[in-house]
Amino acid sequence: MATTATEIRESIINVLSDIADASDLESLKDDVPFRDQLELDSMDMLDVVLGLRKLYQLPIPEADYPQLQTMNSTIEYLLPLLNK
Amino acid sequence: MTLPRDDSERIVITGLGLAAPNGDNLDEFRRALLTGRSGVVPYEIRYFGKTVAGVCGCDVTKWRSKREIRRGTRAGSLAVYCVGEALETSGLDWDSVDKDRVGVYIGLTEHGNVETENEIYEIKQYDYDCAYWSHHHNPRTVTNNPAGEVTLRFGITGPHYTIGAACAAGNASLIQGVQQLRLGEVDVALAGGVSESIHTFGIFAAFNAQNALARHEDPTKASRPFDANRNGIVVAEGGCVYVLERLSDAKRRGAKAYGEILGYGMNSDATDFVLPNAERQAQCMRKALNNAGLAPEDVDIVNTHATATSAGDSLEIKALRDVFAESRTTYVNNTKSFIGHAMGAAGALELAGNLPAFTDGVVHPTINVDDLDPECEIRNLVLNEPKEVGSVRVILNNSFGMVGINAVTIVGRYDE
Repeated sequence: MATTATEIRESIINVLSDIADASDLESLKDDVPFRDQLELDSMDMLDVVLGLRKLYQLPIPEADYPQLQTMNSTIEYLLPLLNK
Repeated sequence: MTLPRDDSERIVITGLGLAAPNGDNLDEFRRALLTGRSGVVPYEIRYFGKTVAGVCGCDVTKWRSKREIRRGTRAGSLAVYCVGEALETSGLDWDSVDKDRVGVYIGLTEHGNVETENEIYEIKQYDYDCAYWSHHHNPRTVTNNPAGEVTLRFGITGPHYTIGAACAAGNASLIQGVQQLRLGEVDVALAGGVSESIHTFGIFAAFNAQNALARHEDPTKASRPFDANRNGIVVAEGGCVYVLERLSDAKRRGAKAYGEILGYGMNSDATDFVLPNAERQAQCMRKALNNAGLAPEDVDIVNTHATATSAGDSLEIKALRDVFAESRTTYVNNTKSFIGHAMGAAGALELAGNLPAFTDGVVHPTINVDDLDPECEIRNLVLNEPKEVGSVRVILNNSFGMVGINAVTIVGRYDE
């Protein structure tokens, strides 16, 4: 069964809920970089990568990190990989 | 008579913060020690299973955000809590303190085991694929970690490091603070110790393998130094950090002094990995007395290190019988009977529990002694009930650690 964008978004929110404040997540804008609205530093971004890697058991090479900047770009990146 | 020293060489305690299994601050801790309230509870940890431990209930979010707590280590959170509390009690105007002249010296028994065990547990879920190993591992396990987390939280730019001295580390760090102040390297020393050891299964398993882990159906009775039926150590977490300053500086700002560090001694057994050496312990206490310019009979309270192991307790008493043979007014007690063994925090924490004796004149007891081991008998051992002794002027605090390390501090009442 195909993984939908909605399911991926929920999973990303779950990953972020271990990293960022819950109140910030409620007002998360999908087209704005995570780092600009959640006060994430580089170590937090690595937590996002590791969280996604654990969740989907998917290698995410460093060259692809720029594609994980916003919610929309992350979904766009993951969607084809998870539906191969 | 203590050695004559200039005020700029005399070091006083002007603040202290602590996290004990039976108290989140000095007042609570002291009350627990005078009312026989233990901090040892049932405890369960991965792989090892059910046991008992001293567990702290302090609210670490008082001094750092949940986000910083998640980023750091338990040892870091305990250190930050203790420093926050210590600075608050010191009355220092923190904003105006030159942070480059503040040093952080935190004693540790071990560090990094908790994170390493957690990470291995995590990657086990992924067939030991190191791609799942956390990037937090290194900053969390570098040995300076808890002291470094303190500097991050409080903006301290002076030196910070940890003192690895096994279970003598709390005292060793106090000694380091005194020395750095006397050298003029810093103006404020934040010195003490922390322990996160209850979060590593390895320490329980290792003490158990050594037949040195306490067991008792009632957790509050598990830690029983000097009792004939003692069966080992209760592992505890905790922390205690002191604000130390030169007396000249403390006087200048009108600070309250909890006590003065009159002297110290450190040495090594050079005999065994685990078994203590009573001769070296006695030598270490004499070193401290000489350093302070005091005689054994000047000491009102000896706070023992005894951890409730069969050999350790009787060897320490043997050392005490040697040093204090002629002293009729020296009282002997033990704090681990209430909280278990807080490892790197033990020396600093146990000293703190005794400092209020300078004002209340009471020696807290060692509890859980139902049947005193004849090997542990010594004059004026305060058993099970607090003892009012009137004036307390000098406390000698013992801390000894594995691989043969001994550290003794002597603290005196400060009378203006």
